[in-house]
Amino acid sequence: MDFDLTEDQREIKDVAREMLTARSPLARVREAAEAGAYDEALWREIVELGWPGIAVAEEHGGQGLGAVELAVLLEELGYACAATPFLATAVAAAAIQAGGTDEQRARWLPGLVSGEVRAGIGRADLVVDGHGADVVVLLDDDGARLVSDAEAEPLQTIDPTRRFAAVRGDGEPLSPDVADRARAAIAAEVVGVCQRALEMTLDYVKERKQFGVAVGSFQAVSHRCAQMLLHTESARSTAYYAAWAADADPQRLGEAAALAAAAAATGAREVAASAIQAHGGIGFTWEADVHWLYKRGELDRALLGGAHRHHAALARAAAQRVAVPTAG
Amino acid sequence: MDLTFDEGELAFRDELRAWLADHDPGREPESEDGHFAWRRDFQRELGRDGWAAVHWPPEYGGRGATLTQSAIFFEELGRSGAPLPANVLGLLLAGPTIMTWGTPDQKERYLTPILTAEEIWCQGFSEPDAGSDLASLKTRAVKDEDGWVVTGQKVWTSAAQYSKWCMLVARTDSEAPKHKGLTYFLMDMEQDAVHVRPLRQITGESEFNELFIDGARIPDENVLGGEGNGWKVALTTLMNERAGLAFFLQVRLRQLLDRLVATASESGQLDDPVIADRLGELHLKAEILRLTAYRGLTAIQKYGQPGPEGSLTKWMWSETNQQLTQFATDLLGPAALQAGAPWAYELLRARGNSIEGGTTEVLKNIVAERVLGLPKAR
Repeated sequence: MDFDLTEDQREIKDVAREMLTARSPLARVREAAEAGAYDEALWREIVELGWPGIAVAEEHGGQGLGAVELAVLLEELGYACAATPFLATAVAAAAIQAGGTDEQRARWLPGLVSGEVRAGIGRADLVVDGHGADVVVLLDDDGARLVSDAEAEPLQTIDPTRRFAAVRGDGEPLSPDVADRARAAIAAEVVGVCQRALEMTLDYVKERKQFGVAVGSFQAVSHRCAQMLLHTESARSTAYYAAWAADADPQRLGEAAALAAAAAATGAREVAASAIQAHGGIGFTWEADVHWLYKRGELDRALLGGAHRHHAALARAAAQRVAVPTAG
Repeated sequence: MDLTFDEGELAFRDELRAWLADHDPGREPESEDGHFAWRRDFQRELGRDGWAAVHWPPEYGGRGATLTQSAIFFEELGRSGAPLPANVLGLLLAGPTIMTWGTPDQKERYLTPILTAEEIWCQGFSEPDAGSDLASLKTRAVKDEDGWVVTGQKVWTSAAQYSKWCMLVARTDSEAPKHKGLTYFLMDMEQDAVHVRPLRQITGESEFNELFIDGARIPDENVLGGEGNGWKVALTTLMNERAGLAFFLQVRLRQLLDRLVATASESGQLDDPVIADRLGELHLKAEILRLTAYRGLTAIQKYGQPGPEGSLTKWMWSETNQQLTQFATDLLGPAALQAGAPWAYELLRARGNSIEGGTTEVLKNIVAERVLGLPKAR
């Protein structure tokens, strides 16, 4: 039993944190969001570093690593709240690698890894990067499909750090685990969003003084922060578990992905909303930048399909495990 | 990252499972004294085959189990329906504290009877005016030519009525500041100057007691860790409090939840989306608890200290257990509220969860100050 990142995985995380801290501070995120455009310079750098192909086999130009490494990168991109098409590109690539046919892999993966092919991913009514995508991984309750001739209608969502669309198209079925892998990956991004919201809040409540003391010394504030940590760590435990199961224990992936999705959907909302509240009036302003995290959290939650459908799936899983007394 | 047990861990688990399958503890007795005797008998059985204190080093009769193996022990014990060993405070708290701070004579004298449940231990820390604020305790020990004379009052002392020994923290220097001036004693409970009065709790039982100490005598050789060093020694005890037990409690919560899910499934209530939503959420929380507990274990094994997640599990467990038992009451209706009904007991007993072993409010303060680095609470 070793429930921790390996040294290599930690290294990937540290390098990503360092790069994104330098290249994508929140001022840059705000600039891109206000322009309604991705940060193309950052995206080029990310492509050069090979991140979109982190979980793609080397024969298709990828790095040949797995779902945990992908999760680690997504966590850092979420932490930075970076305005790039990374989520859709990397998760679609990983989905095709894991659940596509040889033909689909050969057709799409090299271009996704090199940044020449654009991908979308999501549910039909909400696909991140769906407009203008060459290929879309469409998720629904029954599984996932690969759509190459999608009809997309752009959506103006509350999260201008990314592009969204509603998408229609039939496409070809992908293997059944793809939807679970995608949810596990989106949940990993949420872990980063939560971590950032928590850290920004801690910095603020240690600095901000009222009644002559830092507001973080009031239990009403500090206990809220403790609750934020609890949600963040809950999302992290389940997201890492799901990422691990994706490659190491596919039989457990379905339930693990539902756990990760449910914990992330709840964490995204609770932690980012608490961050705004703990910042007080300043948290409600455009300049404070906390709102980018709340907006991304809400959109990620929607991409995951909310918390309740996963609770329902988990109730079924719980009933099944009781019905089969030999299990687990 | 590898969330499977390795070969050694699997072998340990399988051997234990086989042993537990062969040693049915039998039906849980109704009376409290009968219950304690049952747990004592079961500990002796465990001890005969070296299972009573797997985490103790072999030289003291343990198996030198790793933290993960120790977690497996408590998980399997809980899963099998076996009770916690009667001398759980001796095995988890007194034993390890004596191993850390004890003289060779003290180790020789006390460790084996803990293991065999010949001598039961209780913990005399909390006082009526020193609960969460332990350092403000008032029980005093005064030195005379024959040793120490102790006067004061302790409270929330589990199993005191069955105990031979008490881990007692008392003030030995009233001039010194709060944390200083405390000394850790091993006090013989079998003396007239120690009165045990059971506290009747909201479930009607008496797991806890008040301890009235009126001139009790403690010889000098029963000081543990040196005079005036009581705070440090007590911290060793408190550090040991949370580790293994968490896995036992977590499995017990899982068993309660499984029982409720089975009932809801059989009655068709699971088809109600609102009920399914709540049960699914409880299943999620139970799994978060298990996963986070294992993450904490890895952190301690790899880095020698728990990560930020380590301080969260007790709080999460108590909250989830309370939500679970309350939801069971909603689901099962008045039948669950009849005196003597199992769920009625669980509902009431769960109220203690967020108080015993550190209130949730204090745990949140600890998280805020020690994990998040926030200024001391006001």
